[in-house]
Amino acid sequence: MKKSSRDNVALTILRFNPGDERGPHYQTFEVKATKDTTVLDALFQVLDDQDHSLAFRYSCRSAVCGSSAMFINGRHRLACSTLLSELGGDVIVQPLPHMPIIKDLVVDLSLFFEKYKIIKPYVVPIKPTPEREWIQSPKERSKINDSTDCILCAACYSSCPSVWAGKNYLGPAALLWAYRFAADSRDGVLRDRVGVVSSEDGLWRCHTIFNCTEACPKNLNPARFVQNLKRTTTKETLKVKIPFLR
Amino acid sequence: MFDHDVIIVGGGLAGLRAAIQSSDIADTAVISRVHPLRSHTKAAQGGINAALGNAPDGRDDNPEKHAFDTIKGSDFLADQDAVELMTRMAPDCLFQLEHWGCAFSRTEDGKIAQRPFGGAGFPRTCYGADRTGLYLLQTVYEQAMKRNVKEYQEYLVTSLIADGRSCRGVVALNIRTGELVPITAKTTILATGGAAWIYSISTNSMINIGSGMTMAYRAGVPLKDMEFIQFHPTGLYPSGLLITEGARGEGGYLVNSKGERFMERYAPKAMELAPRDIVSRSIQKEIDEGRAFENAYVHLDLRHLGRDKIMTRLPGIREICLLFAGLDPMDKPIPIRPAAHYTMGGINCNADCETSLKGLYAAGECACVSVHGANRLGGNSLLDCVVFGKVAGQKAAQFAKSVNDGADEALVQSFLERERRRVALFQKGNGLEEPSVLRDDARVILTRKVGMFRSGQELTEALKQIRGLRERFSKLRPLHLDKVFNLDLIRAFEVEAMLELAEIITASALARKESRGAHVRVDFPQRDDEHYLKHTLAHYTPEGPKLGYTDVKITRYKPEARKY
Repeated sequence: MKKSSRDNVALTILRFNPGDERGPHYQTFEVKATKDTTVLDALFQVLDDQDHSLAFRYSCRSAVCGSSAMFINGRHRLACSTLLSELGGDVIVQPLPHMPIIKDLVVDLSLFFEKYKIIKPYVVPIKPTPEREWIQSPKERSKINDSTDCILCAACYSSCPSVWAGKNYLGPAALLWAYRFAADSRDGVLRDRVGVVSSEDGLWRCHTIFNCTEACPKNLNPARFVQNLKRTTTKETLKVKIPFLR
Repeated sequence: MFDHDVIIVGGGLAGLRAAIQSSDIADTAVISRVHPLRSHTKAAQGGINAALGNAPDGRDDNPEKHAFDTIKGSDFLADQDAVELMTRMAPDCLFQLEHWGCAFSRTEDGKIAQRPFGGAGFPRTCYGADRTGLYLLQTVYEQAMKRNVKEYQEYLVTSLIADGRSCRGVVALNIRTGELVPITAKTTILATGGAAWIYSISTNSMINIGSGMTMAYRAGVPLKDMEFIQFHPTGLYPSGLLITEGARGEGGYLVNSKGERFMERYAPKAMELAPRDIVSRSIQKEIDEGRAFENAYVHLDLRHLGRDKIMTRLPGIREICLLFAGLDPMDKPIPIRPAAHYTMGGINCNADCETSLKGLYAAGECACVSVHGANRLGGNSLLDCVVFGKVAGQKAAQFAKSVNDGADEALVQSFLERERRRVALFQKGNGLEEPSVLRDDARVILTRKVGMFRSGQELTEALKQIRGLRERFSKLRPLHLDKVFNLDLIRAFEVEAMLELAEIITASALARKESRGAHVRVDFPQRDDEHYLKHTLAHYTPEGPKLGYTDVKITRYKPEARKY
């Protein structure tokens, strides 16, 4: 492994403090960067040594808790898993776009989580509960693969033009979770789920722009899950409308 | 005014599991400094233990064998009645999680998949790839949400409301508004997680600084066995990020700079799957004796596992290596070294999760029942959270139903005023000391002098230095005055807790003149059952921790030499 080298990087942050007359503005700091320094480390350097008022969210620093989704050099990324060395050169950090800012890089995710709750994000079994586990074959398990790995960081949601245009649209993350539960062999309420996601603010507002897929810092493909869900929804709806298909 | 039957501080696995249980019979709220789905549980990878016997070579497993492995792993410091309770409850608790929809990986015949883990006689660790913590946290959050458990998100609890006999709630800082609010309750459950971030080389989330423990301690509840800090053998170099034990469970090798699978020398039978204390010390010995790469790390080699196994069983590890180390474990070995991982000790409580304060319960990593003793086995911490989260929720809700009076208004106001004064003092400042410097110094001192190999001399030095840092903490520079999302203020609360815990850990380690489990004294290299087969209890006094001891509960497993 190569020895660490120190370099200074200019880190520009979009600042916003509700109590500050200046409104949103950019501020540039100089931070030290080794080859292992992440954007989150750099934000801590600023907080510790330069500006004690900086606000951002953090927790696991290992790309799993979902706290640190931000807009870094024009892309949705997790600050904790983005190396300065990888960005090469100066860095601009903004909060998740199209979201209400609480302060600096901290955005309000209430609506995002409300929409996630609308899709009833839990398995609803209808068969009697077995004494041991439900038997789920590896093939059945593979239907929910990847959809279970979403960390609800809101990057996809913030990147979606359909969300920008219609504030009530459920958005890619909620629909990904709707797929995850609809596709689980243990779940028994597909008809209800289809009803929820095919509402006016549901999955038909997805125009397969694929911003969500590009934005996902976990390399998931929310757009694909939404398409799967559209297929399932169509089938279920036809079953209701055309009885011999049941 | 916020008031509930049961409040739970902490929205991780233990807290949410407690909330599910409690909400069936009592009005329940969860208070968390982060959104519950950002809790440290989510970073757990390898799995959760239960003797299900689902793996082909696990058919003969049962809760008794699980209990024995746990007790032997604990170097006989665990309370055996509590361990037996936990391993007996484990299978049903696991099935319940599965019924709730947890996304476990599956065996060919569709059962919950299980893998081998360190110190276990059978493949007993139930897993969902290497994202078991994420799947478990998601599941309990979903169930708590379904039951309409009230959530206080981004509230940092700063103090219990307790009068020395009973606890009637907490005072919390609403991080979004900067307002201090009392949240009163008939019972309070602490499920605030561990403290391993107070070491500079750590696998933990940055929020794991143990403030729940110090709050209980300040309110008069002793902290038990705090000297026992687990160092995980495989922290990614240099960040310390967790590389799951599952990587060795699936067959990964540990290799030094001479190309030797060095575990042969230390645990010839169990090899890489010896318990964590033993593997971590072995790695550190290789590093100290000059058989490491760059004198700093050894290799965890997964290349022989092949693409399929890595992609299906360890995809998260591959992702971490690609993101943070710029390497693909299919092509290159992973640089690792031990990193602080888990607090075996914690808030002293019994197997009903009751503390010495009426109405105060503790569960999960912040608690010490004790089921892990001097060394926890991998896969037992998630189980501890699930089992004792359930117990705590049940007991706390039952107790709440027996309480008829509300919290004493004068007591609540006095605590609220006290916390307001505390914030005002922080913001006024009393000197020039920088909280982040004190924090960084303490973390380095702990890693260097209160680490895997300890000596009386170094512990004495560390204790003096930490007391010096605490002294300096009383002379902090004025903190920032912002109301909204004031990280400067939050950090001051954190650093205060960290320094207090650092002192307790060091003092407890200095007093234990033996080597047991994760606590190794180079000046007392043997286990000494005659004098130290007992739990340390640290009691708060204004002058510093006062230490006492209490007996270990032994049912049927006599302490024996620990060989693997």
